[in-house]
Amino acid sequence: MFSNLMGWVDARFPATKLWKEHLSEYYAPKNFNFWYFFGSLALLVLVLQIVTGIFLTMHYKPDTALAFASVEYIMRDVEWGWLIRYLHSTGASAFFVVVYLHMFRGLIYGSYKQPRELVWIFGMFIYLALMAEAFMGYLLPWGQMSFWGAQVIISLFGAVPFIGEQLALWIRGDFVVADATLNRFFAFHVIAVPLVLLGLVVAHIVALHEVGSNNPDGVEIKKNKDSNGNPVDGIPFHPYYSVKDIVGVIVFLFIFSLVLFYMPEMGGWFLEYANFIPADPLKTPLHIAPVWYFTPFYAILRAVPSIAGSAFPGVVAMGLAIVFLFLLPWLDRSPVKSIRYRGILFRIALTLFTISFLGLGFLGTQPVTELYTLLARTFSFIYFAFFILMPIYTKLDKDKPVPERVTFK
Amino acid sequence: MKTIIYALFVGLISITSSQVMATSGGLHLDTVEIDITDQASLQRGAKTFVNYCLSCHQASFMRYNRMAKDLGLTDEQVKQNLMFASEKIGDTMTVAMRADDAKKWFGVTPPDLSVTSRSRGTDWLYTYLRTFYIDDAKIMGTNNLAFKDVGMPHVLWQQQGYLKNDVETGHLDTDTKGSQTTQEYNAMIADLVNFMAYIGEPSKIQRLALAKWVLLYLFVFFLVAYPMKKAFWKDIH
Repeated sequence: MFSNLMGWVDARFPATKLWKEHLSEYYAPKNFNFWYFFGSLALLVLVLQIVTGIFLTMHYKPDTALAFASVEYIMRDVEWGWLIRYLHSTGASAFFVVVYLHMFRGLIYGSYKQPRELVWIFGMFIYLALMAEAFMGYLLPWGQMSFWGAQVIISLFGAVPFIGEQLALWIRGDFVVADATLNRFFAFHVIAVPLVLLGLVVAHIVALHEVGSNNPDGVEIKKNKDSNGNPVDGIPFHPYYSVKDIVGVIVFLFIFSLVLFYMPEMGGWFLEYANFIPADPLKTPLHIAPVWYFTPFYAILRAVPSIAGSAFPGVVAMGLAIVFLFLLPWLDRSPVKSIRYRGILFRIALTLFTISFLGLGFLGTQPVTELYTLLARTFSFIYFAFFILMPIYTKLDKDKPVPERVTFK
Repeated sequence: MKTIIYALFVGLISITSSQVMATSGGLHLDTVEIDITDQASLQRGAKTFVNYCLSCHQASFMRYNRMAKDLGLTDEQVKQNLMFASEKIGDTMTVAMRADDAKKWFGVTPPDLSVTSRSRGTDWLYTYLRTFYIDDAKIMGTNNLAFKDVGMPHVLWQQQGYLKNDVETGHLDTDTKGSQTTQEYNAMIADLVNFMAYIGEPSKIQRLALAKWVLLYLFVFFLVAYPMKKAFWKDIH
């Protein structure tokens, strides 16, 4: 009965073919470790955000006079509204946690390198779209940090020479962040950017499944195939990685629930305290800090000195910090992918880069002091040196011999 | 690899250390125990709140009947004892004072107190409500240690009496005694702040009650899922 039905469908739509290609006969290296949980977790969080987001839009009001109260209405009067809202707000931060860990995995095992350049590029576009999504979503609760955060970020566009003022005005739709801004951000947040995001995720996975997954050894498993033409070191994604990822999902959800149920504000990092004050265009908060996932770039922005009173150099530096990530596949000249067989130079460079990125993340949350500015400049310098000097040190590096087969256990 | 893990660890520590509250202003804050499942404390806090705060301040997101349910009171009890400013039990805690008038009288419209415990923090509220002191330079005759030049008068002067600020020691000393001892006053404010913590997030009661079941469910799920993974993977070498 079921096979008849599947036969009917398959004659009209490649259901079984897709299932095989992407799951039951997609051969993934058998030596995935801890770092390989975050791709599937990112997908899980994406679904979570979309589903909870749909329910939030049923009660949220994108109107400056009603927005703040409608969020509190969701928190109090909507059945299970508090849970849906906290799933969404905790999910936003969790999304960046898993995406940053997912990207870091790419860095340590060289997953961006040939032939996976497009997987990396699509991934970077996902990261960009995610930042836009998070930024616009943060305006919606219409608290003080929503308002002033948006005001600061949009005014960065005002630093662009000649057209800046007009550009910022065009983005806001008003002279300050106002109802027009809230309405358009709502439109972008609930439909425009999610559509782009979904399309990019499909492209990311299609590109990955075309070339096959990398692994902690950075060995191409397609080089060693058995008589059936399947990689000897590969195992079908389903059932092996589906059952493994379920375990990862449970552990993730356990930690996620600890935060959601016991500390949904996460000490002010996930929900900033000042955002419980309704937006007030006449009262600038003493200390405006973006949410934690933007702070490394915010720190770079502030670290770069203004030229002739214009913050434009900082804005450019912040943009370049992202652009360099896109160029990674072509900056890395080493024949070796995984950090396991890389030389000492890359290891040092990556360690310094990691410390700098985390350091910048911390500094971006802090008020400016002389010491912090010095630190932010040092870390920004290391951040860019990691990319600019990469063609040199990856070429000079004394890499170790890479084994023929993946190591397992 | 070790260095990377170490670096991540350092990053994690900086994340778990708390962000600063919206306004702490460098003042040392006294700490207060919050327990929103303590219905007796919430009831006492509610009494103070509706009698002294809810004439100028609103808590416009908080409904009376929600409060009745969560504080273990009947609708009738709330109507008789805690509802002076509204008619219907389903109403939210609003006040009759017009915002424009309030601004004329106090310099600012008294802020809505629904989520103040979440923006200021409970320790700040506990400190603020106990540190009004005499300052003749102010129109209301008092100033505040936690909120300099605040427009709000010392509403609970009958209970606390008046304090004066000793400029040399920086301590507040009694100037005029109130009807309560310091301990009694502190306990009353602790209950009030507890109530404000409750109205800041009433669903926190459900949240904390649900938490352990969700975690238990995930734990049981893990006990099934992990052996399943092991079983599937036993042939992979």
